[in-house]
Amino acid sequence: MHGADYEAELTRAGAGIRGAGGHFRHLVRRYPLGAAGAVIVTLLVFAAIFADVIAGFDPTSTDATRTLARPGAAHLLGTDFMGRDLFARIVHGARISLAVGIGSTALGCFFGVVIGLASGYLGGWVDLLVQRLIDILQALPLLVLALVMAAALGPSLENTIVAIAIPLIPSVARVIRSNTLTLRELPFVESAKTVGMSELRIVLRHILPNTMAPLIVLATAQLGAAILTEASLSFLGLGIPEPHPSWGRMLSESAAEYVRTAPWLVLFPGLAISLAVFGTNLLGDAVRDMLDPRQRGG
Amino acid sequence: MGAYLVRRSFLMILTLFGISVIIFVLLRLVPGNIVDILFDAAGMVNPREKLKIERELGLDRPLPVQYLTWISGLAQGDFGYSYVSEKPALEEIGPRIPVTAKLAVLALVVSVLLGVPLGVVSAVRQNTPTDYVLRVLSLSGLSIPAFWLGLLILMACVAWFGAIPIYTEPPASLWDELLLLSVPAAAVGFRSSALIMRLTRSSMLEVLRQDYIRTARAKGAAPRSVNYEHAFANAILPVVTVIGIEAAFLIGGLIVTETVFNIPGVARYLVESIRWRDYPIVQNLVMLIAVVVVVVNFAVDLLYVVLDPRIKYSG
Repeated sequence: MHGADYEAELTRAGAGIRGAGGHFRHLVRRYPLGAAGAVIVTLLVFAAIFADVIAGFDPTSTDATRTLARPGAAHLLGTDFMGRDLFARIVHGARISLAVGIGSTALGCFFGVVIGLASGYLGGWVDLLVQRLIDILQALPLLVLALVMAAALGPSLENTIVAIAIPLIPSVARVIRSNTLTLRELPFVESAKTVGMSELRIVLRHILPNTMAPLIVLATAQLGAAILTEASLSFLGLGIPEPHPSWGRMLSESAAEYVRTAPWLVLFPGLAISLAVFGTNLLGDAVRDMLDPRQRGG
Repeated sequence: MGAYLVRRSFLMILTLFGISVIIFVLLRLVPGNIVDILFDAAGMVNPREKLKIERELGLDRPLPVQYLTWISGLAQGDFGYSYVSEKPALEEIGPRIPVTAKLAVLALVVSVLLGVPLGVVSAVRQNTPTDYVLRVLSLSGLSIPAFWLGLLILMACVAWFGAIPIYTEPPASLWDELLLLSVPAAAVGFRSSALIMRLTRSSMLEVLRQDYIRTARAKGAAPRSVNYEHAFANAILPVVTVIGIEAAFLIGGLIVTETVFNIPGVARYLVESIRWRDYPIVQNLVMLIAVVVVVVNFAVDLLYVVLDPRIKYSG
């Protein structure tokens, strides 16, 4: 080993970091793409929280005198066919995207964890049943299942969240189950049993915390998928109903006809979706690299 | 191997049975059936008339009976009738399959031709500017919605040629058709290529760390031969798996892309029939998709044995 290599290796591994600022700088240097993703996601959250302040216009108020206005001083990104300010709609759209993204990811992860823990820890017929159910749910593409779910539940914000959450459950359950299977055999679980800990307490206190790392990795990866699925559902007219400003919905209104006449109506909502998903994906990759050393650089 | 095949086939049938039940129940949860929609559209409200049509369509019978009618029909090759067009479902779905199949194959070709080489290059040049550019490119491929990419392509066509490529029916020739389909196929394929590229890259990186690669380098094999012969041959196996996942992934992309480009394929038809509550069509289309996904995954598992002699399946 050369001395310099060793030094570099230590720096990369994070030796000699002092204080919160040092940690922050180290993370940014170590994961530049992840830092970029964090910035994008922060912007998204910021837009969602302060939408009313930033927007300048009401996203749902129509103005018959200013329909399809080009982007300019009055309307930063132009207006749509009902004279609604596009910038205001995109800023408010961040709320919808985040609400559906976080809501369905959280819901999917919660049920995925419960089912995965039960299946992995209990084994037996519970496990057998859960495995077959997972097979069934995974044989349908995410969007197809979400489409049928959304149609069955009817268009609303809450139903869209549920429709996207259910197809997310099996992949979470699968990962948690396989983790639980390994953890169950480890000595610390055995010793917890020996001292007379109840089964439920073992699962919640010893197994669950140890499945957190893969869960966080999976959840950040699914956040992007959830946002994208909401956009697709709304684009197809089976997601968020009017007058909510959903990015996907904006594209279905404008779709092919505005490609010719009002390209800004096509350009900006799509850009918003792509940027939001891109940010969460960058962040997700960095989180995976941090928490799952086996995948590092992968 | 024989026991394995039997077991897998049994599980496949079980999965498809489960899907049929879930889809059937979900569709019956949908508020309002085809008759409600037709009557809403016509604006007339004559309860007796409505009941009569519901009886004709068999919608008044108990759900288990409706389910059994559907499944036993399927087993005999009877796919039922479309509520909307009143034509046999097979006649409606059949002609749309080749369109989507061509589109899917083209998209798969695009994604493999783009994804595998770029993934290999990205791995071989790990942590160089090339690698970073390619990684950002693949991540953006995963982040851009397929329908927006389609709209952007349409926009570019308007800007450059002043026209939008419209799918004409029937296409003048196979060549014309493939040319027309290649644009939407590129839109779907780009997205899928991102997935393949990421997988190829991490698989290559994994292999490049192995001892036998170091041995090959130590004995003086040319870097090109080590990277592209020793490593690639071993890295490609997990990439084959992704083609199974890809089947599901592609269908999602096809649904929105066929809608954007107005292509009369099965994927767009699924959305239309969901909107119309055209149960027989939706049920059969979802089953078709499930069969494709399940069979492709099975085929990929079998392909494993062919590609890697170390893998043996036992019951």
